[in-house]
Amino acid sequence: MNQTRYSNRKIIIGSIFSMILLIYVIKLFTIQVMDSSYKMSAESNVFRKVVDYPARGLVFDRNNKLLVYNESSYDLLVTPNHVEPFDTLDLCEILGVSVESFRKEFQKAEQYARYKESVIFKQITKHRYSHLQEKMYKFPGFDVQKRTARKYEYTGAAHVLGYVREADTAVINHNPYYKAGDYVGVTGIEKSYEEQLRGRKGLKIYVVDVKNRIQGSYKDGCYDTAAIVGENVTSTLDIDLQMYGEKLMQNKVGAIVAIEPATGEILALVSSPGYDPNLLVGSDMSINYPKLERDKFKPMYNRALLAMYPPGSTFKPINALIGLQEGVINVNSSFPCNGGFSIGSHVVKCHHAGSLDLVSAIQHSCNAWFCYEFTKIIGDKKYGRADSAYSNWRRRVQSFGLGKILNSDLSQEKRGIIYSKDYFNRFYGEGHWSAFTIISLSIGQGELSFTPLQIANACATIANRGYYYIPHIVKEIDGGNSIDQRFFEKQDTHIRKEYFDAVIEGMYQVCEMGTGRAARVPGIKVCGKTGTAQNPHGKDHSIFEAFAPMDNPKIAIAVYVENGGFGAQYAAPIAGLMMEKYLTDTITRKDVEIRMCNANLMDANAQMKN
Amino acid sequence: MKQRGANILRSLDWPVFMLYTALVFLGWFNIHAAVFDDKYSSIFDFAARYGKQLVWIGVSYIIIILIMASNYRIYSVLSYFIYGGIIILLMAVLVVGTKTNGARSWFEIGNLKIQPAEFAKFATALALSKFMSAYDFNLNKLRDLIMSASIILLPAGLILLQPDMGSVLVYFSLIFVFYREGMTGMILLLVVLGIAVFVTTLQYELSVVIIGLVIVAGIWHCGMGRSLTETLIAWGIIIVLTTIFWVINHFALNDKFEFHFLIVAASLLLLPVALVYSYMKKNWTAVFVCGGLLLMFVYVFSVDFVFNNVMTDHQQTLIRVFLGLEVDPQGTGYNVEQSKIAIGSGGFAGKGYLQGTQTKYNFVPEQATDFIFCTVGEEWGFLGSTIVIGLFLTLILRIIYLAEKQRSVFSRIYGYCVASILFFHVAINVGMTIGLVPVIGIPLPFFSYGGSSLWSFTILLFIFVRMDASRDELL
Repeated sequence: MNQTRYSNRKIIIGSIFSMILLIYVIKLFTIQVMDSSYKMSAESNVFRKVVDYPARGLVFDRNNKLLVYNESSYDLLVTPNHVEPFDTLDLCEILGVSVESFRKEFQKAEQYARYKESVIFKQITKHRYSHLQEKMYKFPGFDVQKRTARKYEYTGAAHVLGYVREADTAVINHNPYYKAGDYVGVTGIEKSYEEQLRGRKGLKIYVVDVKNRIQGSYKDGCYDTAAIVGENVTSTLDIDLQMYGEKLMQNKVGAIVAIEPATGEILALVSSPGYDPNLLVGSDMSINYPKLERDKFKPMYNRALLAMYPPGSTFKPINALIGLQEGVINVNSSFPCNGGFSIGSHVVKCHHAGSLDLVSAIQHSCNAWFCYEFTKIIGDKKYGRADSAYSNWRRRVQSFGLGKILNSDLSQEKRGIIYSKDYFNRFYGEGHWSAFTIISLSIGQGELSFTPLQIANACATIANRGYYYIPHIVKEIDGGNSIDQRFFEKQDTHIRKEYFDAVIEGMYQVCEMGTGRAARVPGIKVCGKTGTAQNPHGKDHSIFEAFAPMDNPKIAIAVYVENGGFGAQYAAPIAGLMMEKYLTDTITRKDVEIRMCNANLMDANAQMKN
Repeated sequence: MKQRGANILRSLDWPVFMLYTALVFLGWFNIHAAVFDDKYSSIFDFAARYGKQLVWIGVSYIIIILIMASNYRIYSVLSYFIYGGIIILLMAVLVVGTKTNGARSWFEIGNLKIQPAEFAKFATALALSKFMSAYDFNLNKLRDLIMSASIILLPAGLILLQPDMGSVLVYFSLIFVFYREGMTGMILLLVVLGIAVFVTTLQYELSVVIIGLVIVAGIWHCGMGRSLTETLIAWGIIIVLTTIFWVINHFALNDKFEFHFLIVAASLLLLPVALVYSYMKKNWTAVFVCGGLLLMFVYVFSVDFVFNNVMTDHQQTLIRVFLGLEVDPQGTGYNVEQSKIAIGSGGFAGKGYLQGTQTKYNFVPEQATDFIFCTVGEEWGFLGSTIVIGLFLTLILRIIYLAEKQRSVFSRIYGYCVASILFFHVAINVGMTIGLVPVIGIPLPFFSYGGSSLWSFTILLFIFVRMDASRDELL
């Protein structure tokens, strides 16, 4: 009978059923317990993280004038699956983009996720947005997200303020705070005070359904964080002085740095040519950035911090001070000039007759005097060999903040050039060089290069009679956070105060009766020193350093005009006008002002280069 | 009357009843979780699906009482009439049925929607049991074979016209019934293996398929009436040989051969062993099984070769999509992916009742009906899923156990029909949600939302329970 004959088949059927369901249990174990990727997928399905972008902090100048603020801008978002047929051409016209690029962006969004919202156009201006808003009903599936765009009140100070742009992969990989779509300061204050200005992003976690419709906050918002608005920053900049400096420097290549000696606060920092910071905002940036980058005058290059020039004669007061402190000369030391200083057949030329003392040597910028003095410094017996004396001299020079990173709060800075003794030992052989070998250093030429910021700072050091505070561009940060402690630490040169009096007297005479008369400001005692940086590629660069008033100085300044010839030609009058503007807020010498503003050295420069 | 009622209660198979009750209510909780919405917080809201399901469950218990109170003989007597009635309904639905999702499978009477295909299962089971339990029925007679196959193919064909592919496939599960009643095991084996090997070859690495075949061959060997010891020895030989080959291959041949070749080689060496052994025992089963295994290897390599080297990309894609293997984010592939995400995210112990986000926020399609197992997986985790599968398996094995105890051939065959149909539904439905089986839209018995499906499974099961309760009276 069937029953007995086939009844063992119940075991086979039962085994098949059991085996198959056992395989299911194993499979369940692998996907539920072993594999965690499904949990991640589930989270990305359900959570929509909405970033709450805080407004960036504002920037004010030292007189509380608003420099940088935020303007509303708008990002266009799209959820491809919610899009219905619409007038593409109309939308493209409103946005000011080509249909082609629109299609491309739209396809990208579609590929990213059909049910998720993604940004397809960023930083739509307020103006375009007002048009778009009226017609939004015609474009279902599109949405607008409000962001902010930086807006710069003045057309200048671009190098000081810097700019922001979308964080690229390098930034994102380097700092976990930044995600795609965030903005980050790239140069200037925007960069160095990025952490204060940016505030903190907030995050809201929503739970969404399959159609990406928000179903509510995740766990009643207990994992949400609120956005914290960026802190406002008060700059040390005097925007009026800054803009005046830029006006004076128009059509000229060069830089101006003005510092308040008592505090190290930077009053003006001009790099010419500059650019309007508003060019690098929002969607215009992609058009303007390459243009600026291609410009042969390199408007984005911050000459005040990065360009290194030989200091020329502006370096002479420093050498005088070192000589005095080292005791190799005194305030009454005289050296003969007689038209130059000879080393063998080589003559460092000069044009004075008879002997000069320290004050007149500075006043007349006597090369021979400083050559003699330098041979005394480097030949100083108490250091033994020349290289030891040189090292000591170098240390003294660096105590003025020259040839070293000042560590200011400006994002970029060049060290400058002042070689260590090893360089000369390698170059000439140990013990085979002396003051005569490196005599150019006595007059600020040769193996010596400093940035305008360093020269302005050195000038402030002289104005302070022996110390400086690290130059800085920000005074105050809102929210009670002080600027860095280092800006309150006195940097001392350890040169006795009375030595400065003689040197400053010489610098005063420069502006009264010497090479720097063009910098004279009526009613104010101005001290300065002209300089000419030798330029092997063309006409020499005109340099002037100055501070005023002589007693209780309020401003120290360095002016560089490339291819401007002698210091007296352009740099000195510009420095004079700047100081007058800052100290009196009026300009008495209108003719000089007009002449300086109208001077155009860029065309000549361009012709020369061609 | 009273006495008979008491008898029924005593002879009712309580394990089956308890398993049924457990599954129905677990299903109801999961439907509640699947369609849960903060807006309708009451579990007794009759506008919501879980409220309705509660009503269907209530009706099911009334159906159970009615069936238990009925005379067990009527099912045997009325089987052809019930079958005939259902065939008429299946024809009628093709004419007057409501079209939903492209299939004409529902009668709509007022608010009530009835799916005759669901009820065709127990009717066909009854008719098949009646026919096969006939005194002179013999599966080896061509006429009987054709007749019994026709009983299945008639409703299957009518359902195919709706068309409802999932419900059609259910009827093929009855092959287990034929097997139990004497159909040669070869056919079952070839059909099951042919399909399984084809699908798994395309889905898994060859080594997995080969190992699977070795396991199946061993079980088959037992099924041919040989002892388990022989199977274990054969498996042992293959394992030892494979290990030796692996060591040689790995250390001496720099992994020149892929792993599945090593198992194939080991199986080849097993053949002479089987030959000698069989000659000594004068029983050629071992050689037969071993040869069959090698033939299956040839089949696997052919499938693999033909699929990868003969078919064009387009043909491959067609087959993959049909098998649900092709990831097609907007189509069935997407559903399976979302279903796997929901189940996979449940972890070991699950997210907890009503805490499943994937099902709650509709990432899973058809979550109260065909994909109800996702809710189980997500909210109750591996533990809950295993318990549910375990409950189903226990129920099915219990039915087989009871079927074997029947004195009447009719009720035994019917019992096997019930077990096969339930198993097929569970295997296809759960397999589909975890991506092991192509997406075939059939409900999970007792779990999925829907009156027709719940009632038809209740009727299917409890007719058998009723027969079983009277198994002693039948002599």
